[in-house]
Amino acid sequence: MIMIKLNRIDGLFSRLREGNKKALMPYLMAGYPDIETSLKLLLAVAEAGADLVEFGIPYSDPLADGPTIQKAANSALRNNVNTDTVFDLVKRARQRTEIPIVAMTYYNTIYRYGLEECAKNAAEAGVDGVIAPDLPPEEAEPWREAAQKYGLATVMLAAPTSTDGRLKKVSEVSQGFVYCVSLTGVTGARTNLPTNLTDFIKRVRKVTDKPLAVGFGISRSEQARQVSEVADGVIIGSALVSLIAEAGDNCIKAAEKYISDVKSAMDS
Amino acid sequence: MQVKLPDERGHFGEFGGKFVPETLMTALEELEKAYAKYKDDEDFKAELALYHKEYIGRPTLLYFAERLTKHYGHAKIYLKREDLCHGGAHKINNTIGQALLAKRMGKQRIIAETGAGQHGVASATAAALFGFECQVYMGEEDTNRQSLNVFRMNLLGTEVVPVTSGTKTLKDAMNEAIRDWVTNVETTYYMIGSVAGPHPYPMMVRDFQSVIGLETKAQIHEFEGRDPDVIIACVGGGSNAMGIFYPFIGTGTRLIGVEPAGLGLETGQHGAPLTKGHKGILHGSLSYLLQDDYGQILPAHSISAGLDYPGVGPEHSYLKENELAKYDSVTDDEALAAFQLLSRTEGILPALESAHAVAYLEKLMPDLSKDDIVVINLSGRGDKDVQVAASALGVQI
Repeated sequence: MIMIKLNRIDGLFSRLREGNKKALMPYLMAGYPDIETSLKLLLAVAEAGADLVEFGIPYSDPLADGPTIQKAANSALRNNVNTDTVFDLVKRARQRTEIPIVAMTYYNTIYRYGLEECAKNAAEAGVDGVIAPDLPPEEAEPWREAAQKYGLATVMLAAPTSTDGRLKKVSEVSQGFVYCVSLTGVTGARTNLPTNLTDFIKRVRKVTDKPLAVGFGISRSEQARQVSEVADGVIIGSALVSLIAEAGDNCIKAAEKYISDVKSAMDS
Repeated sequence: MQVKLPDERGHFGEFGGKFVPETLMTALEELEKAYAKYKDDEDFKAELALYHKEYIGRPTLLYFAERLTKHYGHAKIYLKREDLCHGGAHKINNTIGQALLAKRMGKQRIIAETGAGQHGVASATAAALFGFECQVYMGEEDTNRQSLNVFRMNLLGTEVVPVTSGTKTLKDAMNEAIRDWVTNVETTYYMIGSVAGPHPYPMMVRDFQSVIGLETKAQIHEFEGRDPDVIIACVGGGSNAMGIFYPFIGTGTRLIGVEPAGLGLETGQHGAPLTKGHKGILHGSLSYLLQDDYGQILPAHSISAGLDYPGVGPEHSYLKENELAKYDSVTDDEALAAFQLLSRTEGILPALESAHAVAYLEKLMPDLSKDDIVVINLSGRGDKDVQVAASALGVQI
């Protein structure tokens, strides 16, 4: 067993556990709405109460994402954002913040970059972990090996359709936390939380002690509060991204307010 | 025969695999189990054989193309007439097989992706035949280019969903079909049309299409008493090529897959990942892809919408890597010339896809002698392409 150095993600969850708090984990698309603003957004949400930031590396064919994040990815790609641009943004963010940053992308961007090279450059930039929704545990070994060498966590996803056996496999392999996909579907805000969410989280709890973060479909403060009652972290992606799209020039203020509102709802 | 591939994880050497969101993993495992259970099941095989014979019209002819042979004056040329399958292309071999499986799995709804519309029509046909609800995802650009096929699918009772994301072509249709499957996985069967996608699709589609190669083997033995020297097939995703190659892999017959070089390999406007691409992951498996240095998928181009795909089935990448098959390419113009040549010499309008395989004769023939035997997989008929061909030839119709 290779030793994983305690990175910012593990630090975060053990601190929160001690204080009986839950993590607010917003998703931002790197390079959206433009390169500089995405850096400002990252710093702003960190300041406003976010506990961890998922920073998306745009990909041309994001098959687990709904329209909101697809559009943001296309727009970032049109801004000529690539994997190195994202690492550079993280490097700059690291001069100002110690918030855990998890890069979220699809496996082809990692594979094409070169596993070892990607892990090395990500870690050097200050990335703490990586989520690739199209990389299940069965195919993850080569990447995990490279990632571990540089102290990067590889976060795995659990789904409501996963059998108990698969939940066990996913949880064993996942590092930092387990990303629990709340629903069978793609990313995107939904009006209601799935009714079987609590049962699903219970099923995952049964097979692991690792922190559980829930994402997909969460948009409102009240939903975040409900989720935080059963999970260790709440992931908000599309809702934040569409708020940024709608707010235009005021997106930083709007994102700050949104994050601080959700955070207070979760802490109340 | 070669070592039996894929391995139990769905890998063909380093290619293939299952790169999909966790939400789909259980469904893929179920599909694998169901396929393993039924593929050797006597009832299943008998039912499939019945539909082959009574519905698709199999065995399709292996036709000696005498005038085309004379035209070149080298090897004897045979055409495997998949264009005579019900619906006009080999695609139905796969959709009937998968529909029989979906029925046994208790699914009520089928989804599929389509580029030119051939697989969409074949899926719609199978859905009508077995009473499934069916939705086909098709890039918006393709729905315009192939409006006749959209109408055909509608006639067959299928809803065509135009896809407006990304490049609005086949790859985006496949993304959208996968998104639908992620959402409706419990009730829906995803009918992939090529030897692409996550395991077990590349294996399963190959198996359903390998009837082409098995028949070819028996028929050429009847005519010539031996295996052919060369087999040529066009390669987009690669299902017709895989189907005819499969029984001949490692037997000494030269297998040649022809990719679309579009406007020319040097222009970047082509669909030739095996010739010009790099290894990567798209739509659930590792294979050669058209992509940039950061792994962003590049749009493909071909005059033939059915070959207009930036990826290729993983087993083709394996065959290439291990030199078990050879891959080359021909341009839009060369395909168009072959389209006319076959029409004039044999009275057979090939699909523009299949015309790529015919066009390769220009490159191949000088190296062959009169005793050699060549089989071309004529994967589909060209009626669907007359408008595209007319416009490319500057003819107003």
